[in-house]
Amino acid sequence: MRRIGDAPVVRRLLIGAALVLSALFLLLPLVAIFAQAFSEGVMVFWANVSNTFTLHAIGLTLMIALLTIPVCLVFGVALAWLVTRFSFPGRRILQTLIDIPFAVSPVVAGLIYLLLYGRNGWIGTWLDGYDIQLMFSWPGILMVTIFVTCPFVARELIPLMQAQGSREEEAAVTLGASGWTTFRRVTLPNIRWALLYGVILTNARAVGEFGAVSVVSGAIRGKTNTLPLHLEQLYQDYNAVGAFACAALLAFIALLTLSAKAGLEWRAARREAFA
Amino acid sequence: MSQLATWRTGSTRVLPGFGLSMGISVLFISLVLLLPITGLFGQLAGLSLAEYWAIITEGRVVASYMVTIGAAAVAAIINAIFGLLLAWVLVRYDFPGKRLLDALMDLPFALPTAVAGITLATLYASSGWMGGLLEPLGFQVAYTWVGIALAMAFTSIPFVVRTVQPVLEDLPAEVDEAAMSLGATDGVAFRRVILPHIWPALVTGTGLAFVRSLGEFGAIIFIAGNMPYETEITALMIFVKLQEYDYAGASAIASVVLFVSLALLLAINVWQGRFVRRLHGGKG
Repeated sequence: MRRIGDAPVVRRLLIGAALVLSALFLLLPLVAIFAQAFSEGVMVFWANVSNTFTLHAIGLTLMIALLTIPVCLVFGVALAWLVTRFSFPGRRILQTLIDIPFAVSPVVAGLIYLLLYGRNGWIGTWLDGYDIQLMFSWPGILMVTIFVTCPFVARELIPLMQAQGSREEEAAVTLGASGWTTFRRVTLPNIRWALLYGVILTNARAVGEFGAVSVVSGAIRGKTNTLPLHLEQLYQDYNAVGAFACAALLAFIALLTLSAKAGLEWRAARREAFA
Repeated sequence: MSQLATWRTGSTRVLPGFGLSMGISVLFISLVLLLPITGLFGQLAGLSLAEYWAIITEGRVVASYMVTIGAAAVAAIINAIFGLLLAWVLVRYDFPGKRLLDALMDLPFALPTAVAGITLATLYASSGWMGGLLEPLGFQVAYTWVGIALAMAFTSIPFVVRTVQPVLEDLPAEVDEAAMSLGATDGVAFRRVILPHIWPALVTGTGLAFVRSLGEFGAIIFIAGNMPYETEITALMIFVKLQEYDYAGASAIASVVLFVSLALLLAINVWQGRFVRRLHGGKG
């Protein structure tokens, strides 16, 4: 039986349009990043990447990502466990609240942290008394990064844990397993791939966050410059090749993220086919 | 913890960890998400209503709302059409490179916005690959609102594709077979049979794309040109006020942005909730 849009002409036209538009709109920018980064040869690219300030920016960016991931992981698992394993008043409100970072503009996210923890904010003033300054230093960058990335793990886990239900865990607990053993031996094996993908998404956003970080960082070269901020400074200084060298590093992480997703989906599809 | 467990509202709760997971979640949401928002209101409390109104209705700020909303609306419409096309092609047809195309759809989410920003600005500048082609034809993209809409469309396209795709996948083959066997043409069958099924998802995805575009910053500022009254977006207005140490001004504008995006998010959630209930009602 023929389905809608099965006529060869329609089919070819639609596939052609989708391919041409995607190539221009999505693939071309990706190619352009690497073309620009290597436009003056591999040696210049290498010199740009191994520059002291770039290395420092890479180090800071990785450190922020490494500190952000465990925090988001603990929160994501706790929230997903809470809203999928128990029913209580306010459950839906919690689920809506974690979407706030997705709706809030990154600049606004940075601003609200600056207002609270900056010199004029009430926590900031109090901390200033102890000579602690969180804004315009790496703890501030870490805090806003946690804000913008915290929904990812929870968002990956909740639909999956909802669909799986809690029968297996209930069986384990009834048979006398402790809560921790149940989580480690029953829940974790079921959710590990979604967990991994949540971490990958968290990482991608943590290394790439720009708007929120640029508000709270102060962007001091060699001190509080993350890779996206460093890239912006190079670009504003008309060092396009240098900026695109940093962009290529970030684009490479993005490509790893995309392949991880494709790999995990392929794995899930194969398991479904054998199940 | 046993005390908390007696608060149960559902059936017997055998699983442990209610107190612990509730504690972590509530503490985290309060400290990370809600507490900072109080900082914004604290700052606003220092303003009189007249001062607040004067800041948020100043000419340059209103112009930035217009630029942002206008470009986001154009980007959303482009994404609704382009996203529907991509979702349709990815679900309905098999062709070489399909898996690659599917993976490419997530690129705008995976790519840092500043990277997207400098890349689009370079591509569409008069010396760039695309700008060099388009400008002799009279289309200027970089440093105009068209560039802003383009950057917004780039960063938000996955919302539409990834919301519509699963709904199209779940559509049983009999639905369009029935329409076709009754002699409908492709266009009529699509409009009468497919569209009613997918439009709630299409509206949700387009709505999410629109909200994302309203707040986008990194991808836009490089290509926008940032001319006051012409190509200055609201997120940049906040940033400019901050650089002038005008915290009150930045907060006032930010409160407008925050209110609008949270209201839209809530509307989308309610809309989605109704749609999901209707689907379940239809099935069960």
